[in-house]
Amino acid sequence: MPICLPLTRRLLLAGAAALTLGYALPAAAQDDPIKIGLVAALSGQSAKSGEAITRGITLALDKINSEGGVLGRPLELVSRDDESNPGKGLIAARELVQREGVAAMIGGLDTPVSLAIVPFANDAKVPFIGPWAAGTPITKNGAEENYVFRVSAVDEFVDEAITEYLVTKYGSKKPGMILINNPWGESNEKGLMIALEKRGMEHAGIEKFESNDVDVVPQLTRLKENGADGLFLVANVAPSAQVVKSLDRMGWDVPVASHWGPSGGRFTELAGPSGEKVHFIQTFLFTDPAHPLFMKLQERFPEIESLADVTPATGIANAYDATLLLAAAIEKAGSTEGPAIRQAMYEISGVEGVIKTYDMPFTPEDQDALGPQDYIFANFVEGEIVPLAD
Amino acid sequence: MTLFVTALVTGIGLGAMYGLIALGFQITYSVCSRVNFAQGSMVMLGAVLGFVLTERAGLPVILAYPLALLGCAFMGVVVEFCLVRPFAARGSEAWLMATVAGGILLDNTVLFTFGNEPRSLPSPLVESSWQILGTGVYPQQLLIPAVAIGVAVALQLLFRRTRQGRALLAVVQNPDAARLMGINTSLMISGSFALSAMLAGAAGLLIAPLFSVHSDMGTLFGIKAFAVAILGGMTSASGVMLAGFLYGLVEAFVTTYLGSSHTYILTFALLIAVLAVKPNGLFGKAALRKV
Repeated sequence: MPICLPLTRRLLLAGAAALTLGYALPAAAQDDPIKIGLVAALSGQSAKSGEAITRGITLALDKINSEGGVLGRPLELVSRDDESNPGKGLIAARELVQREGVAAMIGGLDTPVSLAIVPFANDAKVPFIGPWAAGTPITKNGAEENYVFRVSAVDEFVDEAITEYLVTKYGSKKPGMILINNPWGESNEKGLMIALEKRGMEHAGIEKFESNDVDVVPQLTRLKENGADGLFLVANVAPSAQVVKSLDRMGWDVPVASHWGPSGGRFTELAGPSGEKVHFIQTFLFTDPAHPLFMKLQERFPEIESLADVTPATGIANAYDATLLLAAAIEKAGSTEGPAIRQAMYEISGVEGVIKTYDMPFTPEDQDALGPQDYIFANFVEGEIVPLAD
Repeated sequence: MTLFVTALVTGIGLGAMYGLIALGFQITYSVCSRVNFAQGSMVMLGAVLGFVLTERAGLPVILAYPLALLGCAFMGVVVEFCLVRPFAARGSEAWLMATVAGGILLDNTVLFTFGNEPRSLPSPLVESSWQILGTGVYPQQLLIPAVAIGVAVALQLLFRRTRQGRALLAVVQNPDAARLMGINTSLMISGSFALSAMLAGAAGLLIAPLFSVHSDMGTLFGIKAFAVAILGGMTSASGVMLAGFLYGLVEAFVTTYLGSSHTYILTFALLIAVLAVKPNGLFGKAALRKV
C-alpha cells in the first residue's frame, strides 16, 4: 500500500526548511575558505605602509594554507581600502562583516581610522587585530567584551621606552617635546608626561608643529632657551625631517629619541645626513638578507631587491605575526564565531612569530601582544634602518 | 636676543614666500578682478617640475628651472582658458569654485604620477648655515626675500614704465575702451594668469630645498598667500609684498614668544581685526565705482 501523506501546512514548511538547508549546506562545506578582512590605507600618503601590511598577511596565509589551513579550511584575505579616512574605514569594516562574512578583521593603519572601527567590532563581536596604529585607546577602549587586539607598538609603552632611552643613554634631566599637532601628538604628550612624572622629572617645554611647517626653528629655540638637554620627537617622515633640518640650521647637536615616524619613508634623503642622529623605535628589523622571511618575501614579491625596499619592515612583521596569532586562535576555538575566537585569543601559546614566540600574549586586561621589552632602537645609515648597539 | 633674531630670520624668509605667491593673486586681480585659487597647486607644480627635470631627467638647474617656470606659466594659461574664461564670459562667478577644483585635480594627478612619497630637492645654498647672532641662517633663506623684492620692484616698473604694462593697466581701467584702442585684452588676461602661476612656481622652487617636494605642499601656502593678498589690499605690488613680510613676521614672533599653539589663532584673529578696521586692506584703495 502506497504511503500517502496528507499535504498539511506543517509538511510544506518542513519541506521548505529542508530545501533552504539543502541550499545552505554546500556553502558551509568543509573546504570553503575562512575569510579574513583587511581594512587599511592602500592608496594615498600611507599606501606604502598598507602594502607592507598586505605583504605580511600574504606571507602568513601562504604558510598557513600550505600547512593545510585552519580547521581544515584555507584562509582567504579580503582587502578594503580606507584611504586613511575614518568614515571610509568604518563603512569598509561593516561591509566586510555583513556582506563578506569575515571571521575576523586585521587593520587600522591610522589611529583615527582604528578608533572609528573599534565600537563596531565590539558590537558585532568580530575580533579586530591592529598591526600598525599605536594609539593607546584602541585596545584600551573600555568595552566590557573587548574584541580589539594589537600586535604593534603602543604609544604609552613607546613613550616609556623613549624616556628611558634618553635618561639612561644620554643622562637627560630636562628633555623637551616637539610633537606633531594632531591626535597622535596629543596621545604621546600624555604618555610622555606620565613617563616623566614617574621619574619625578621636569620638561623643558611641549612644542607643537604642523605637518606642513617649513621652519621649526622658533619652537626648537624656545626649547633650547629653556635648557632642553634632549628631545622627544613624534611626527611622520616629512615633518620629522623638517625638525632635523631646523636643528641643523641652528647648529644644535642634541640627542633625539623618536617614535617610529621617521621609519616610513626616505628620511635621510629629506632630512640630510643629520637624519642619522635621530634614534627611533621599531618592533622588528631585517638585518640580514638571508633571513628566511626576507627570502620568502623576495620570492613572493620579485620587485623587492634589497633590504631598503622593505622599509618599514615593522609593518610586515606585525601583520605576519598578527595573522599567525589569529589563525592559532581560530584553530583553538574550533569555530569561526567571534566570541569563541576571542576566548581562544587568551589561551593560545607557543605561536612562533617572526618578532618572537608568543606564549599567552593576550589577557583580558592587556590585549597588546608587544611591550616595551620588544622594542628595538634604530637609526638610518645610508638609507637603511639599522639597529643601534646598546 | 637669540629668540628675537630667530623670529626675525624665520619671519622674513617665510614672509617673502607668502608675498611672492600673493603677488600672483594681485596681478590677475588687478587685470581682470579674478584670481586663480589653485595658486597653492602652482607652487607645488613648480617644485615638482623642478625635481623631475633635475633629479629624474638629469637636466642642469640653469635649464631645468626656467623650463619648470614655463610649465607653470602654461598651466596658468590653461586654468584661465578652461576654468575662468568660460564662466566669466557668461557673467558667472563659478570660476571661483572651478579654480579650487582645478587645484584639487592637479594635486591628485601629481599624487598619482609623481608618487605619494615626499622627496628632497637639493640646493647648494642649504648645505651649511651661517651663524649670525646666535641663530643659523641658510643662504637660501636670504635668496627668497632677495628674489621676492626684486620681483615686486620689477612688476612695479613693468606696470608704470613699459608699453605692455600700460596696456595691462588700460585693461584694468576699462576693458571695452582698451579693446577699442586695439589692445588685445584677452591676451593680456591670459598673460596675467601665466605670470601669476610663474611667480607661484618660482616660490615653489625657492622653498623646496628648505622643505620637501610632495603633492599637497602648496595648499597651506596658497591659503596664507590669499590672506596676505587681501591684507595687502590686492591692488599694489609693494603693498602685497609688505603685507607678506608683516604676516610672516607676526607668525614667527607669535610662535617664538607665545608658543606654536597660539600661532594660527592669533595671526588669523589679527587678520580679521585689521580687515574690520581697514576693509580694503592695509595698502589698498577703495575701488572706484563710476556710475
